[in-house]
Amino acid sequence: MQIFPRQLNLLPLALAVGATLGGVAVIGGFWYYFSPKNLQVGYAPEQPVPYSHRLHAGELGMDCRYCHANVERSGEAMIPPTQTCMGCHAVVHPESALLEPVRDSWESGESVRWVRAHMLPDHAYFDHSVHLSAGVGCASCHGRVDQMEVVSIQEPISMQWCLECHRDPSEHLRPTDQITNMEWEADDEWRQNGLQEAIASVNPPTHCSGCHR
Amino acid sequence: MGSHAAPIEEIGERQLLPPGTTFSSITETIAGVTEKPAPRGWWMLFLPALCLLGLMFVCIGYLLTIGIGVWGNNTPAYWAWDITNFVWWIGIGHAGTLISAILFLFRQNWRTSINRFAEAMTVFAVLCAAIFPALHTGRPWFDYYLFPLPNSMGIWPNLKSPLMWDFFAVNTYLTISVVFWYVGLIPDLATLRDRSKSLLRKRAYGFFALGWRGSHRHWQHYERGYLIFAGISTPLVLSVHSVVSFDFATSVIPGWHTTIFPPYFVAGAVFSGFALVLTLMLIVRSVFGLHSLVTVKHMDLMNKFMLATGTMVGYAYAMEFFIAWYSGNPYEAWVFFHNRLGFGLIDEQGNWGPLWWSYWAMISCNVLSPQVFWSKKMRTSIPVMFVVTIFINIGMWFERFVIIVTSVYRDYLPGSWGSFEATWVDIGLYCGTFGLFLTLFLLFVRWIPMIAIAEVKATLPHAHPHAHDEHEHEHAHDAVPAPAE
Repeated sequence: MQIFPRQLNLLPLALAVGATLGGVAVIGGFWYYFSPKNLQVGYAPEQPVPYSHRLHAGELGMDCRYCHANVERSGEAMIPPTQTCMGCHAVVHPESALLEPVRDSWESGESVRWVRAHMLPDHAYFDHSVHLSAGVGCASCHGRVDQMEVVSIQEPISMQWCLECHRDPSEHLRPTDQITNMEWEADDEWRQNGLQEAIASVNPPTHCSGCHR
Repeated sequence: MGSHAAPIEEIGERQLLPPGTTFSSITETIAGVTEKPAPRGWWMLFLPALCLLGLMFVCIGYLLTIGIGVWGNNTPAYWAWDITNFVWWIGIGHAGTLISAILFLFRQNWRTSINRFAEAMTVFAVLCAAIFPALHTGRPWFDYYLFPLPNSMGIWPNLKSPLMWDFFAVNTYLTISVVFWYVGLIPDLATLRDRSKSLLRKRAYGFFALGWRGSHRHWQHYERGYLIFAGISTPLVLSVHSVVSFDFATSVIPGWHTTIFPPYFVAGAVFSGFALVLTLMLIVRSVFGLHSLVTVKHMDLMNKFMLATGTMVGYAYAMEFFIAWYSGNPYEAWVFFHNRLGFGLIDEQGNWGPLWWSYWAMISCNVLSPQVFWSKKMRTSIPVMFVVTIFINIGMWFERFVIIVTSVYRDYLPGSWGSFEATWVDIGLYCGTFGLFLTLFLLFVRWIPMIAIAEVKATLPHAHPHAHDEHEHEHAHDAVPAPAE
């Protein structure tokens, strides 16, 4: 006697299709809706002022540290205060409509609400000054900011990405006087002379409490 | 049953099952448990079990809300009831694997009346055990780190850690135990399916019976598959608790750093497993009236196992003390003669190790109480074995508590001495896992054939291929008449 209806022969197929579609939907849903955008390559938030790094750091050739002044001494690279902008823009394009929020901030004393692109989770400790004095250039993590009209994330800011460099930093070290040079590339001379010394002098932590303090 | 296993009546041996047991009476008895309404005894066990299960969820919920500080573990006893309970529950499972795998390979026919039951206990006990280390990690929602999953963190489980070995050993054990148990169930589930009256019941059992028709080809594959699983499970009997013992033995804590641990843990596991199988079997047997299938003869044999393994752990206890003295290591001696024995070494105030009583509870329950089984009268007395098996399980719990807590609560530096006191969550969670275990177990006995119907039948004398030759005069009516010429 048959106790199951004949259509039940389709059950394995239905289960296989259902499991595949369900799996794709769950993974895709988490990927799209729940991944922190600050850690995703290509994230380029819109800023209150259309500030162009390409113009300032690229064409005009300003050094990164003119605005991010504390980067060599502090954990935070720091976003420049309105005073830094107004140092030039009090006389350069003082009437520009694009600079309206900067002038408002200057008059009211309220900071411009810049949107942070690179933001690590709170459980990860990161210090800019240590990385700079070890000889890691700005471009190694932030990419060619001097070519960006709008700043976007260039590297996957994952723990694996951090650890790859901490386990073998040799590809990412440069002379400490070339830190902010966006165009610097390792040449044979550096590889043969400076690099070995640089590697010997850094000892990046790979234990848990190096970053999770 | 082969003729080599036939009882020698001249020396008083008898058939395993009482005379008059037939294929039909076996099926009726075992399948009847799942078909008739539950007896009052079942409800009297099931309702308290559900209450305890609720207690378990309360304790887990409270722990997840507040954090593992609600347990009593703290400096210097970072491991306490949680790991004790884990090792205890894992140990309970070992009887099932031993009975289903090793005794099968050794063709011990008496296993057939208890193997299904013990295998189910294995599965449920491992589930109870898993709760403790899962919570002990502190942030159980990160427990998936234990699995070797590709991830964006650039890290991997630390395979140099014995805790990872333990994780893999226990998962292997659970997987194999579940599959082995289920494979053994297939023919019996088909029997229940074929006896079912309602369509829902037919379909439920029919789904899990995987289309079993009992053809010769089915039986041939089944028997071979069962043998292979028994072979795969056999090393697990020895490996799982050996690996659990490595959690301690590979550390350098005096009292843990001991080479005798693997065999000592395995013997203890089988010891406690048999004890709990027997305790529950005695209850279930009387609730469901299974006296003709689980006889005093079966229990006698199980009690012999407990006597043997209990003596083995007794030897291990003695050998640990011998080594503590013979090694000349003062820290090792301190753990054994002060922390455990109590009066062997006293501290500066002249006090005994404050947890000495747990050591003596262990010795009385584990080493002394099974000695009554040297006497056949005691081995076959149901009240005696009921009490002794309960003592053994209490003792085996204390064994793990003694190993874990008394090794660390007073160690090298008197300045770091401390003690351990259980909180209500420690106690509630342990009792709660009994709720989980008993709930699963009682549902099992009610809905799944708790004794392997097909296997028990094979032990009857008339299942023997030559039964008709030997007992022609008794079963003449069964014989096929010779064709007339």
